[in-house]
Amino acid sequence: MIPELGHFALALGVALGFAQAIVPLWGAHRGDARLMQAAPALALGQFLAVGISFVCLAWSSVVSDFSVLNIAENSNSLEPLIYKITGTWGNHEGSILFWCLILTMCGAAVAAFGAGLPSSLRARVIGVLGLAGVGFQLFALLESDPFVRLWPPPVDGRDMNPLLQDPGLAMHPPILYTGYVGFAVPFAFAIAALLEGRIDAAWGRWVRPWTLAAWCFLTGGIALGSWWAYYELGWGGFWFWDPVENASLLPWLTGTALLHSALVVEKREALKVWTVLLAIGTFSFSLSGTFLVRSGILNSVHAFANDPARGVFILALLGLVIGGSLLLFALRAPVLSATGIFAPVSREGALVLNNILLCSIAAVVATGTMYPLFADLLLGEKLSVGAPFFNATVFPLAVPLFAAMAVGPMLSWKRADLGAALTKLWWAALIAAAIGLFMATRAALLPTLAFACAAWIILGAAADLGERVRLFRVPLSASGRRLLGLSRGTLGTTIAHAGLGVTIAGIAAASLAHSSIVLLHPGQVAHVGGYDFQLTDLHDRSGPNYAARVAVIDVRHDGRLLTVLAPERRTFPVQQITTTEAKISTNGLRDLYAVLGEERDGGAVLRLHVNWLAPWIWFGALIMAAGGLVSLADRRLRVGAPARRRARTVPA
Amino acid sequence: MTRKRRRLLLVLACGAGVATATGLGLSAFSDSVAFFVSPTEIAAKAPAPGRMLRLGGLVAAGSVHKTLIDGRPAATFSVTDGKTAVTVRYVGILPDLFREGQGVVAMGTLAADGSFRAQEVLAKHDETYMPKDVADALKKSGHWNPAEGPPPPAATWDTMAVKQAGG
Repeated sequence: MIPELGHFALALGVALGFAQAIVPLWGAHRGDARLMQAAPALALGQFLAVGISFVCLAWSSVVSDFSVLNIAENSNSLEPLIYKITGTWGNHEGSILFWCLILTMCGAAVAAFGAGLPSSLRARVIGVLGLAGVGFQLFALLESDPFVRLWPPPVDGRDMNPLLQDPGLAMHPPILYTGYVGFAVPFAFAIAALLEGRIDAAWGRWVRPWTLAAWCFLTGGIALGSWWAYYELGWGGFWFWDPVENASLLPWLTGTALLHSALVVEKREALKVWTVLLAIGTFSFSLSGTFLVRSGILNSVHAFANDPARGVFILALLGLVIGGSLLLFALRAPVLSATGIFAPVSREGALVLNNILLCSIAAVVATGTMYPLFADLLLGEKLSVGAPFFNATVFPLAVPLFAAMAVGPMLSWKRADLGAALTKLWWAALIAAAIGLFMATRAALLPTLAFACAAWIILGAAADLGERVRLFRVPLSASGRRLLGLSRGTLGTTIAHAGLGVTIAGIAAASLAHSSIVLLHPGQVAHVGGYDFQLTDLHDRSGPNYAARVAVIDVRHDGRLLTVLAPERRTFPVQQITTTEAKISTNGLRDLYAVLGEERDGGAVLRLHVNWLAPWIWFGALIMAAGGLVSLADRRLRVGAPARRRARTVPA
Repeated sequence: MTRKRRRLLLVLACGAGVATATGLGLSAFSDSVAFFVSPTEIAAKAPAPGRMLRLGGLVAAGSVHKTLIDGRPAATFSVTDGKTAVTVRYVGILPDLFREGQGVVAMGTLAADGSFRAQEVLAKHDETYMPKDVADALKKSGHWNPAEGPPPPAATWDTMAVKQAGG
């Protein structure tokens, strides 16, 4: 009964979605206020319908209703409750439904928080979101129905992929999807602007908080995914330039560019056409990111099992959304005229440079990711593009971006004095150069540059902040007051930039990592990067739905016991799958990392790593996302806030 | 500066960005593109030693030997597409899903003696999924014609006859 209710609610969602797409868009076209007024209610209704559908699926999973095919294939009665819930989005059908749920949530959010928008713009934004929602809900309903029944029901389910039974991964899809799908809102704003044929500074101000929110989630989602790959897959690395990873990096790169170019629209009414194109491009990358990998078109080592029959529907849908929006862009973009002009050396100029470099990086990543596909289709050659390609192309483009990042926020709008900005940064440059020289003796060219860049960005952010609060030039208390008075947007920028610096330092330090693969018998010691790893014991352990083999390793430095690592190999009997459980001990500056491989002749094959600054990679991403949230709290970005401020100043 | 000059400057800057990206891309491409090969292709026309390759196929039953190379744990095994087999040497930990008779993709180079030195071994399978490279190798060797239905079940791969060749 419950699954049928979910199925019905999903169908209801599609019907409401059709109404949400047609009624407000028609109303905005005709200028009919009554039709436009229907938009928020329809968006909330669609969210409610798809929400009920999702809750029904989650409920069926929690009560282990194995008469539902999806649950019989991906769940098991022995599974802990948390994985029964998170397993709802841990498989193909459930994740598509979850994707639809977030899209309708975006529509509902615009309906709830968009009261300050002009009614025709709001109607069009909600209508476009409804149109996109209908496409993907139809896909869920027709091609990947999560509520298909199975008769007779099996006694027990086939269990969830053990690799996904992990608290980190449980939270990864919701955050990442919210990031991906969140870019649907700037996309809808861009399409609405094209339909209206008008973009002004207000449009830039409305679009920025949505972009910022999506960007925060995407940053967090990518970091969480990379962290999961680091500790759960046990490969010892954090980024493998795999198509799945690249697919999430692409919308992040263009989304970051969008964040900066929307600022130019807001402040200076320039770069309008470009910003619209970026909004379309970012959502297109989000869509292809989620679906190209799933449809089996791109070959990935950590994709779900996929079904090529579904690929056709998805491809058609992608073609319709991306092609349709680009066509609309080609037809309507000339209507939008640029007004603001600026000198090349100015804040706008720096933001343009940021956009050029970010989009160049996105272009090479897209080329490397898609080239195997085209080589196969056009040249009939089967090949893969490996990490060396991405390392050799991305980092040289990233270095000038990092170099410009510290200076950009110090430039003034319209026309700036580069020399003056640089003189404020002399001490940051000096320290960065010193760190670079210090590292040059220990690392290769690229890591050395990266370390210098990391220092330059972090110190540049500090210098910018110091300059704004006039640190050491006015009494400290006055500086403190100035700090409190700073706009949250400025503060957020500084925090996010510094966060990127921290991440870069973590990535650069990967070149200093030591690792070794050794065969140890109990009692034997391996020396890795100045640390002594001693295997003391090998034993068995049993978990709720798996059996584990555990290696106990004492780690010593200069004879002092630092920690005991107990990496495991877990065998899941239901799925006949073995997974490795890496164990990591961190002190914030370095990770001690151990993985248990196979056993032979009474000994264990171990992979041991000493990774310097590894936690900084994710810590930096967290700081970046936090910077985004601080910026999101800016008065100026909260819808309706400017009106309130005006209301307060008038009586004064 | 006039408006026209400014626009020219902007276009030039964009051009420089794209040109750098293209240049870097092209120069990095030839070194880091790994071509996919099947064991039969290696036997027919051996690629130059040192060229990065992706070798796809099935791990021949009974061919896995665990050894030590320079005191480090290593493994040798044969990768077959049912027609020919290539010996692969790999120093490191084999992935969890690595099994005899199952699909595997090895990234590495061909040594002078005709054996394959893998730097990375990827294995992935379940009842419904076969790595694309492995499926392609099976199709090329004539062991599986997609028009005739689904790929042969994993159980039959184990007993697949192997004619030793290429090392």
